[in-house]
Amino acid sequence: MPDATKVAQATEADVLTVKDYKSGDKPIWCPGCGDFGVLSATYKALAALQLQPKDVVVAAGIGCSSRTPYFMSTFGFHGVHGRSLPIATGMKLANPDLTILVMGGDGDLMSIGAGHFPHAAARNVDITCIMMDNQTYGLTKAQASPTSSMGHKTKSTPYGVIAKPMAPVLFALANGATFVARGYSAKPNDLTDLIVQGIKHPGFSFVHVQSPCAEFFNTYDFYDEHIEELPSDWDQQDLKAAINLALTEEKVHLGVFYQEERQSFGAAVRQFEPEGKQFDLAEYLQRFS
Amino acid sequence: MARDDFIIRIGGDTAIGGVISTGENFTTAAARIGFQTFTFRTYPAEIKGGHAWFQVRISNKPIYSIGDGCDILIAFDQEAYELHRPNLNEGGVLIYDSGLVQPDTDSDIICYGVPFQKIAREELEFVRGTNVLILGVMAGLFGLPPASLEEMVKSRYKRRAELMEKNIQALYHGYEYTKKIQKEDKFWLGTADHVARLVMTGNDAITAGALHAGCRYFAGYPITPATDILETMASQLPRFGGVCLQAEDEMASIGSVIGASYAGTKAMTATSGPGFSLMTELMGLASMAEIPIVIVNAQRSGPSTGMPTKLEQSDLFQALYGGHGDFPRIVLAPASVQNCFRISVLAFGLAEKYQCPVILLSDQSLSHRTETIREVDTDVFPVVDRIRPNGTNPEDYLRYQITDNGVSPMAVPGLDPHTYVAPGLEHDERGHPRLTPDTHEKMTAKRFRKLEAARLETDNAELCPRYGAEHADIGIIGWGATQGSIREAVDRALADGLKVAAMHPRVLNPLPEERLKEFIASVDRVLVPEINYQGQFAHHLTATLGVKPIRFNKIGGLPFTPGEIYKKIQEVLVHA
Ligand SMILES: Cc1ncc(C[n+]2csc(CCOP(=O)(O)OP(=O)(O)O)c2C)c(N)n1
Ligand code: SF4
Ligand SMILES: [Mg+2]
Repeated sequence: MPDATKVAQATEADVLTVKDYKSGDKPIWCPGCGDFGVLSATYKALAALQLQPKDVVVAAGIGCSSRTPYFMSTFGFHGVHGRSLPIATGMKLANPDLTILVMGGDGDLMSIGAGHFPHAAARNVDITCIMMDNQTYGLTKAQASPTSSMGHKTKSTPYGVIAKPMAPVLFALANGATFVARGYSAKPNDLTDLIVQGIKHPGFSFVHVQSPCAEFFNTYDFYDEHIEELPSDWDQQDLKAAINLALTEEKVHLGVFYQEERQSFGAAVRQFEPEGKQFDLAEYLQRFS
Repeated sequence: MARDDFIIRIGGDTAIGGVISTGENFTTAAARIGFQTFTFRTYPAEIKGGHAWFQVRISNKPIYSIGDGCDILIAFDQEAYELHRPNLNEGGVLIYDSGLVQPDTDSDIICYGVPFQKIAREELEFVRGTNVLILGVMAGLFGLPPASLEEMVKSRYKRRAELMEKNIQALYHGYEYTKKIQKEDKFWLGTADHVARLVMTGNDAITAGALHAGCRYFAGYPITPATDILETMASQLPRFGGVCLQAEDEMASIGSVIGASYAGTKAMTATSGPGFSLMTELMGLASMAEIPIVIVNAQRSGPSTGMPTKLEQSDLFQALYGGHGDFPRIVLAPASVQNCFRISVLAFGLAEKYQCPVILLSDQSLSHRTETIREVDTDVFPVVDRIRPNGTNPEDYLRYQITDNGVSPMAVPGLDPHTYVAPGLEHDERGHPRLTPDTHEKMTAKRFRKLEAARLETDNAELCPRYGAEHADIGIIGWGATQGSIREAVDRALADGLKVAAMHPRVLNPLPEERLKEFIASVDRVLVPEINYQGQFAHHLTATLGVKPIRFNKIGGLPFTPGEIYKKIQEVLVHA
């Protein structure tokens, strides 16, 4: 017969809290960096879902924001600039039981890695991509990024940015992401909720986070003024409405723009041959006889 | 005396169709009843139209190379006749469509003109049967039992009774037709041993080896001549619980392969030169984060898009030295189709054991030529799995523990509680960033020690075979698909009383230095034939072993023939 007190103790000990997701390494970010808020929201989301650190991989590229894996007690991957999405795709397809988060910056995911983003979205790979958008290249010290506004002057654009800024939410919606949301690093509780929903969503989830660079491009005042929650009756199934909203420039809307149920890539490929056989060399070679 | 080892070449415009398939069908039928075959093919780079040719060397004895020139030329059109006539050996046979080709009359060859298309159209009322009609003529002229071809037609059209009937009719029509031809040539196949053999391309053998080794994830981006590995994996992997991804580009291919392997699944990608260039940054990452991956580079003629359907061995520098920073990688080069299977199994074994990128360098000729194989050998190289941190307390786990052979246990997410971050940054033994001079020196040395350990287990006769005379005037060192031609050239030289030897290492990095040194010491001069302009392997040998070989380079998209190498041997000896 189970000992009731022991069972109670065991479950209490098994409950994971935020500290269980901390690696113990102190983040190397500047004071006031938005990425602290995103990291804390990520810890909270994992704790809310009670995911075992051994079942979670955080994959990142290069940038201030991409340092995140080192601050987590989960498995992690800190790779090269721009390739976190393909790396995460391979992880998820090879090992579907893992929960995979991709974390990175606007440069990592919208510039050097932008060629991978629409494909991950279109394939609907079941991963959660959290992009910390500070509209600058923090790590290389303040050059323009693909989300910098027109006219923005930086050392690499001394006459001002000429290109139109990319719209990450619009980009995700246009390419078939099945969960698209926006958060703000200064609102970590709301962000936690978005990340929880993103992880739970069985498909490609994109969480666009406005995460200011305190050091080189401090936009807290701008966002404090321009953010607006999505209306409480927002229809998350309406793609056209989501696209229209993503096109507005007056306000920066926060919340879940869009959500759709569509079979994920990993689930689909595993249905081609549901009865996976053992590989038998002799049998395989018959096709060459 | 009849010649029972000969080369048939078939040429024509792909717009006519059937050049390659006629050759393939003849080869398969012959191999099924025990003949040994060795094929070679080139494709035009054009989508539609353009000249293609196929060649099969056939015998009832083992054959190792493409051979020299051709003995029998089947010209589908005038262009084929003009292009290949100079390569037709003395006493050779020209078979041509007498309705389409006008050969010169004053020649030292034997000509059989047959109005193939006309017969197909008028007598068989089945134009599409032309190719099978030609097969029937080939069978009748050179002694391939038509029953073997009939078998093949039957299996090909098993579900289309009417087509099967018409094709069999065309086959025998061709066969009977040869009774009207006065046979003047000496080519006649010997008796087959009726032992069933496999007919595989290098790509087939690499893929089979990978599946046998446990590869269950593949990602690739289409590129000639590696595309059919992607296509085979796409159809086969799902059957064995694996996944194949057609990635958006080569960076995504190798990236996802790295991710899959990190997640515990043996994984591979396949590409050719241009794609390999795109992969080099991530190859360095795999080496830094110590993740086992296999990259097949089926070399083609470069640079840039070069001659995309033609062979070259010009990516050796890229494989050995490509990438930024100092990082270990293992480079393997299979020497024949049969060898492709083994080397593919070995590639996974070394990748898993030493947790680093393994590059399998093949080339267009090996990718697409077929050889007959009695059976593949699974006993030479075992299937290997990476070591895991079993038994270690997760708190004490050091993913990048410094060890004697440089290898440290690798945890698998989801299975092992030993979490760690795979780092692109220089790191300490736990895997945490540490960018001090001391750490970089220690960890770089740790990673490179794996190559030393790999060398110890690969510097042997199995992976670096020696052939020919014990002490020789010329020692040939070759690599990759040139092995067969070198071997036959050495045989010829030995038969002529010349003292020649050859060595053909399969592992190009880390080089089997002991065996190579021994070999070099036992010969007067070293000759390195390779299909590139710069003498890339010769350069590598000079850099590594200090030897100054005589270089023998050929480019242009075609393999070495035994005759070319034999001529070079003579030339070197005369000038000695
Ligand atoms: C191939 C390559 N090119 C350039 C760099 C240099 N680099 C490192 S991070 C970075 C930009 C990072 O910007 P972002 O992704 O927005 O991250 P942030 O630092 O702003 O969080 C660049 C250009 C690199 N590491 N690798
Ligand atoms: S430079 Fe900017 S983005 Fe980087 S850590 Fe500092 S505040 Fe954050
Ligand atoms: Mg940024």
